[in-house]
Amino acid sequence: METRRDFLRTAAVAAATATLGDAALGAAPRIPSPDRMGVLCDLTACIGCRSCEVACRKAHGFSSDSPLSMPGRSNIPERRRPSADALTVVNEYKNATGVGSPTYVKVQCMHCDYPACESACIVGAISKKESGPVLWDTDKCIGCRYCMVACPFQIPAFQYDTALKPDIVKCDFCVDRTEKGGVPACVEICPVESLTYGRRPALIEIARKRVENYPDRYRNHIYGEFEAGGTSYLYLAKADFKELEFPTLKKDPMPGTSESIQHGIFAYFVPPISLYSLLGGLMWINKNRQKAEEETIE
Amino acid sequence: MSTLTAPEPLTKKYITPGVIILAVLALNGVAFVLARLLFGIGAVTNLSDQYPWGLWIGVDVAAGVALAAGGFTSAALGHVMHREDYHAIVRPALLTAMLGYTFVAFGVMIDIGRWYYIWHPLLMWNGNSALFEVGICVIIYISVLYIEFLPIVTERFMGRVQLKGIFSILNRPLESLLRTLDRTLSKTMFLFIIAGIVLSTLHQSSLGTLMIIAGPKMHPLWQTPVLPLLFLLSAVAVGFPMVIFEALLASRSFGLKPEMHILSKLGTMVAPLLGIYLAFKLGDMVIRETFVYLAEPTTASVMFMIEIVVGVIIPLRMFLSRTVVRSPLWLFVASTLVILGVLLNRINNFIVAYTPPYATAGYFPSVGEISVTVGFVALLVLVYRFLVKVFPIISVEQRPISPTTKYSIRGTAK
Repeated sequence: METRRDFLRTAAVAAATATLGDAALGAAPRIPSPDRMGVLCDLTACIGCRSCEVACRKAHGFSSDSPLSMPGRSNIPERRRPSADALTVVNEYKNATGVGSPTYVKVQCMHCDYPACESACIVGAISKKESGPVLWDTDKCIGCRYCMVACPFQIPAFQYDTALKPDIVKCDFCVDRTEKGGVPACVEICPVESLTYGRRPALIEIARKRVENYPDRYRNHIYGEFEAGGTSYLYLAKADFKELEFPTLKKDPMPGTSESIQHGIFAYFVPPISLYSLLGGLMWINKNRQKAEEETIE
Repeated sequence: MSTLTAPEPLTKKYITPGVIILAVLALNGVAFVLARLLFGIGAVTNLSDQYPWGLWIGVDVAAGVALAAGGFTSAALGHVMHREDYHAIVRPALLTAMLGYTFVAFGVMIDIGRWYYIWHPLLMWNGNSALFEVGICVIIYISVLYIEFLPIVTERFMGRVQLKGIFSILNRPLESLLRTLDRTLSKTMFLFIIAGIVLSTLHQSSLGTLMIIAGPKMHPLWQTPVLPLLFLLSAVAVGFPMVIFEALLASRSFGLKPEMHILSKLGTMVAPLLGIYLAFKLGDMVIRETFVYLAEPTTASVMFMIEIVVGVIIPLRMFLSRTVVRSPLWLFVASTLVILGVLLNRINNFIVAYTPPYATAGYFPSVGEISVTVGFVALLVLVYRFLVKVFPIISVEQRPISPTTKYSIRGTAK
């Protein structure tokens, strides 16, 4: 079903491209499907057990020898980032006042609605699926790492130590499991239900209700609802998201400026063709002028 | 024209002490390229998940493309404006552009993780990606540059194909191939020349679009929506200084008299071009009110000031002076400053300005990265030196055979 729909869409785009010849113009801003899935991370519930990290490693076939594959808090003091060796990590943030329990922040790909990595990718190896995930295609990727430059959350990692076929590594939203009706490994394992998997609009509604019902427990900010145009991962917390090292981002999708420049330069190929004609005209005029000058000299 | 000049293959011997030093540097770079191919990017570079792009993209690719801009600016001057007095610089500039872009392609190939997929952008398109546009334009432009170079090849070998032994059966087909090429190219060359200029303006500017998508990860002193325009203007401004720089170096190295009557005239064109660039650069800073960052003594503000003062304002003032433009030494100094300024600008845009939100350490290129970059430059110079000995590229002052002969007959001129 999914593949059939994909095929039809590709065919439709190809037909449109062929008739209008506007490959460089790009499509109109895509409206994300209301059915796309997301995850709501309630950081006030997280106890920092790292079970999600362990489950993630298992689900994605990472080595089980690594200390990262052991649950528990031994890795917590160190501030970590997702890497070629971990798709998700949990970091501890001490309470700003010094008293009260710390906040634990699970970090992974945010699965943006308008991903900078997707827009940037030179070969279109990264794509936002209608069902929510932002996925990377190993068959296309050339390893240029422009996605890493573009990502505002600094998420994609690269296998720098692989000589022959290094991968871009990032959370894939457990697409293998969700396609079969399952839920992401991290969500499934979470013992305190800090993570909720569901349709994004429904998650936002849940988040709003929680904020409304427990104003003392939550800050009135659903991180990811609007940041960078909206993300599939949404966060609730008591602390200011700045203190938890979430980047402060505007509502506009990250690719906006660069895409409008790109499409401006290439609008129906008018600017390049005009420049070509202009130069051709100049060349012709100058050549003729010189010929005329030579004739008068003679 | 008072002196009759025509490009011809140079006869000076290839190996000099300088050439040996360059060869050592080139070999050292090649060794690190091999290490990168065998053990991966991490083994040779200081790149990381925090700093995915470093010296190779900033200098080998971005600065390399900018410094090869002499090719399209001199093509515009020589062919589109049809100024015959500048024809002497068109061929050296073309060769530099051709080699420069070839080494840009090598630079890209060793920097991307899967170098054997370098052809993917030809089939897998993403019209939203600035990098895609740069890639496609550069691929086509390299082809155009090689086509533009072909007439030099036909000129050199037409009527002189004399392969020995069993290869002698190829003499005839090769000769007729050269003649066909010569005939078709002389009629169609203007199409390629204009295409080369259009492609250059496109990818020179799109190279500036590259970092825009990095948004807040880039220091506000450089992050601006007019980056593509600034990249294009700076590339145009550095084109002639680069041509002057090479011409003076080459004449020195080959013991020729520098063609100051051309170079001085080129020099007078630099100041207006640099001025336009500076105006946009400063105007952008005023409109976005980013000058506030210059008050803080950070690496970024210091680098920005060096880039603007040493790389733009000082050489701009120098190029306005008549004494500078007429003196080979001062002209060389001023041109070098412009080149350094653009080089620094690309380094600043791609490396210094890039501040990842979760950086735990800074980035400084490794010995391996520097070795490869230096090695590529050395190799480029060696190939250049070789090609100007084989092909008629550099114009040499002729003893006038007959002052009224406008065109020298092929084969008679030495």
